[in-house]
Amino acid sequence: MAGKTMQSMRNPLARVRGLGSAKEGVHHWWAQRLTAIALVPLTIWFVISIAGLAGVDHAGAVAWIGSAPVAVLLVLLIAAVYWHAQLGVQVVIEDYVHNEAVKLTALIALKFAAIALGVASIFAVLRLAFGG
Amino acid sequence: MSADRRPLSPHLQIYKPQLTSVLSISHRATGVGLAAGLLLLTWWLLAAAAGPDSFAVVQDFLGSWLGYLILFGFSYALMFHLCNGVRHLFWDAGWGFELDTVYKSGWAVVIASVALTVLAWAIAIVSA
Repeated sequence: MAGKTMQSMRNPLARVRGLGSAKEGVHHWWAQRLTAIALVPLTIWFVISIAGLAGVDHAGAVAWIGSAPVAVLLVLLIAAVYWHAQLGVQVVIEDYVHNEAVKLTALIALKFAAIALGVASIFAVLRLAFGG
Repeated sequence: MSADRRPLSPHLQIYKPQLTSVLSISHRATGVGLAAGLLLLTWWLLAAAAGPDSFAVVQDFLGSWLGYLILFGFSYALMFHLCNGVRHLFWDAGWGFELDTVYKSGWAVVIASVALTVLAWAIAIVSA
């Protein structure tokens, strides 16, 4: 930095402490975009399909969820959407919750809930796909 | 420049709402709503796997006035977040930052999200 014009808005102490961003580079940003791109076709497919299933009975729903291409697309959708959702809600928590203990607790609860609900959803799809 | 002398923006209440700011906060609000709405998808899938009785409980709930209200809100939020998300992806690629383009794409999002929601419900009504 010595002798050069200031090239960063970050002050020297913040640089030394490695503050800023989330200390993990662009990983969060990139993962959110990657899942967003995947979710564009998956969402369109899902909405059209689910609208076509309006008023379906149990047998019809089970047949649809368990059929091979649908089950694969549902697993992809569930994985992408829960990953995307928890990345987004994480930023909202980080922006609005300023108490460190509450923030940390909320983030841990969010990550655990997203993984648990995502895995449960995928398990339900696989169970129907494999005829459990 | 020390941290305490940096310029601050005025508080949010100072600004008149504009299409750009309203769509921006709506993207976040719909995102949070959709995340909560994922519980409904998970409930529906788990109930389908559990059997006809559990599935009937979900379908009865979704068929109630509250269920329809949630489904309608969820469907619009999803279409809005989808359309505005695509707008964000174009920005990420460096496209569409001119002020008139930002407003054009903003109105396009409003119109497309309404149209896609109507289309989805039209499919549902025809299928039911």
